[in-house]
Amino acid sequence: MLREVTGGRSVVEASGATVREVIEDLERQWPGIRERLIEDGRLRSNLSVAVDGEISPLGLREAVAASSEVHFVAAIKGGG
Amino acid sequence: MSDRQFTVVGTRPVRHDGADKVTGRAIYGADFQAAGMLHGYILRSPHAHARILRIDTSKAVALPGVKAVATAADFPQGPDRLVDLGDGEVPLSYIRGNVLASGKALYRGHAVAAVAAVSRHVAEEAAALIEVEYEPLPCVLTALEAMQEGAPLLHEDLKTREMGKPTDRASNVADHLKFAMGDIEAGFAAADVVVEREFHTATVHQGYIEPHAATALWNNDGRVLVWCSTQGAFVVRDVTALVLDVPVSRVRVTPTEIGGGFGGKIPVYLEPVAAILSRKTGRPVKIVMSRKDVFEGTGPTPGSYMRVKLGARRDGHISAAEAYLAYEAGANPGSMVVPGAMCIFAAYHIANVAIDCYDVVVNKPSTAAYRAPGATNAAFAAETVVDEIAEKLGIDPVEFRLRNAAKEGTRRADGPKYRRIGCIEVLEAIQRHPHYSAPLEGPNRGRGVAVGFWFNIGMPSSCSLSVNADGTVNLVEGSTDIGGTRTSIAMQAAEVLGIPARDVNPTVADTDSVGYTFLTGGSRTTFATGWAAYEAAQDVMRQLKERAAKLWEVDAAAVTAEGGVFRSGDKSLSFRELAARIGETGGPVVGRGAVNPRGVGGSFSGAIADVEVDPETGKVTVLRFTAVQDVGKAIHPSYVEGQMQGGSVQGIGWALNEEYYMGPDGTMLNSSFLDYRMPTALDLPMIDTAIVEVANPGHPFGVRGVGEANIVPPPAAIANAIYRAAGVRMRRLPMNPPAIMEAIWKQRD
Repeated sequence: MLREVTGGRSVVEASGATVREVIEDLERQWPGIRERLIEDGRLRSNLSVAVDGEISPLGLREAVAASSEVHFVAAIKGGG
Repeated sequence: MSDRQFTVVGTRPVRHDGADKVTGRAIYGADFQAAGMLHGYILRSPHAHARILRIDTSKAVALPGVKAVATAADFPQGPDRLVDLGDGEVPLSYIRGNVLASGKALYRGHAVAAVAAVSRHVAEEAAALIEVEYEPLPCVLTALEAMQEGAPLLHEDLKTREMGKPTDRASNVADHLKFAMGDIEAGFAAADVVVEREFHTATVHQGYIEPHAATALWNNDGRVLVWCSTQGAFVVRDVTALVLDVPVSRVRVTPTEIGGGFGGKIPVYLEPVAAILSRKTGRPVKIVMSRKDVFEGTGPTPGSYMRVKLGARRDGHISAAEAYLAYEAGANPGSMVVPGAMCIFAAYHIANVAIDCYDVVVNKPSTAAYRAPGATNAAFAAETVVDEIAEKLGIDPVEFRLRNAAKEGTRRADGPKYRRIGCIEVLEAIQRHPHYSAPLEGPNRGRGVAVGFWFNIGMPSSCSLSVNADGTVNLVEGSTDIGGTRTSIAMQAAEVLGIPARDVNPTVADTDSVGYTFLTGGSRTTFATGWAAYEAAQDVMRQLKERAAKLWEVDAAAVTAEGGVFRSGDKSLSFRELAARIGETGGPVVGRGAVNPRGVGGSFSGAIADVEVDPETGKVTVLRFTAVQDVGKAIHPSYVEGQMQGGSVQGIGWALNEEYYMGPDGTMLNSSFLDYRMPTALDLPMIDTAIVEVANPGHPFGVRGVGEANIVPPPAAIANAIYRAAGVRMRRLPMNPPAIMEAIWKQRD
């Protein structure tokens, strides 16, 4: 979903203490990525963020370590 | 594996709501009564796709006994906007327009107008007097039809979102997403065997026994009171408030007992309509759907078209996996194709993956969740190709899966790496189950296996616990109880409190009486609301230790509790004894738990199916069926087994019988349980269960949600069994007698 913005790369590096800061750093590197991820100051509602494999209930406010893996994935909020 | 020892967790107490249910005293949606109550009836579109030119209600209004008539014009008419009800953003017009059609009817059975009258019969008679002038339009009934250039458009303003980015292309394709990992071309180049197949699955319904039912009273104080059968009282509250354009605090929803949902009782259909009719009449209005209404007017699961290509090396390792998924969303976007894409290869460790998925609107009811939504379709395709590849390589199908099984650290195609999962343990349990090695003798018989995956979700849950003087505890929680969750939640509280499960009295509360609690779905309730109960019980224990400390005049830190006994030095009090003295130590003890937990653990499941195929008629008889599932920790093993059996039976229904049989004009031709064939106890053998417990490290008791993953493998397991019984590879659901015979004849030719 984001590879169009990152020139085809599936993995990129960014820094920040929270998911929001990571996205701001990504935006500096890959302009246009923020609007794919954030709307009205919040993570887009069809997305979840996983930090180190764990879906975060805190979204943009989730803390990120220097070695963390951050994934933006489709939100699964329902089911039978 | 889960080896912690518990006192209450893992036992099989009698369910708290059992007596009311077996004696018929439980109040379901249609049972609700209120003084002065009127009865509503919904007029539905006879066309699958039509412009609504004019609605004349004058004759209906004039019928004696009729108190009000409502159409979409009675809803607030503000500008459209995107709203998020916790399941992604959707235009408010889609939600409102599905409750009562505005401008266009998008499927046969789409609600167009509603009547409130002194009886249901009068309301139905009045509805027949409503004159609706339609301009019928051509309809599209499958994803492939709807995706064609020049296909009739359901929503003229719907523009395809490509990889999450809006485009200017008007189309029935709402979304196209792609998941990719590794180098797919190199992966196939490295393969010694490549298999590519096409699949189709039918639209199927959840088939809950209790039809939708709702009563609403627009009270004189401006509050809207709702009583209904739902999987999520707070979701009903929020949707009703949005559609009626009132604050959520003005709506109170009281959930009645629920006679099945399986995802189909998450959407809101009747409540805002009953509320509008109540506002017009000043009286409570109840609307109950017929079975035909349920089939034609509520959300089934998507039909789908899928293409799967797998490549594997001679050593039995999958080198590449590719899929194309197009799911029918029904009238409005949101087919759950994305979860299908996330699940399709989730059981395997594959380096090179590419998955394209398309969410496509068609002229059928707007689809809803159905037990692991999206995953059952996908597994039917992937798991039959896996079976075919294993056969071509001459490797046992379970052994082949084990060589490729996902494990901790495996990266799924949508990105994240798994934490601790139980895929391998499920496959090993299949391998060593007596069923797998039992002889299967006789002609036309075959055995098949398959595995599947479904996520769990977290989301918010709340509950409170208040201690009674007799040593029992009242538990108030916000999760409607579909599958025995009153008990599974109460048991988690009881475990912490050190008292028997029967001493915790659970109540499912209305939306004014408990903190926000997300819906019962996504296999979350025992996980998340159970966690809230765990927290509330910890809170109670903290307070009770303080009370004991007061009685004994010691520091609270000096009080310990174990097995329902509080101790400090040589003093001790049982939970019951201490509860009797809370009045003299400060009054009521009330614990609270409110969580939005992380730590969700997905669940893998497997199935072994033995079938016999009648080569003359094509009838498939299921001879033996075993369901295997990693449940983390079975809080109440009987309910877990019940979930595994129920999901298996529904999956067998998908496999063999169930489908919306559609006429070319978009009319469902089998909208009754006589013609829409669901399996019953008479059709099936006892479903064996094998519980696997790989504790979820993210939950206090190791819980993984168990409600959904069990429906995922059965269609593929049965297709694989049919192949071994009859020699035909089935690639379309349902695999009913005509389809089997067609495949057998084709093979003979």
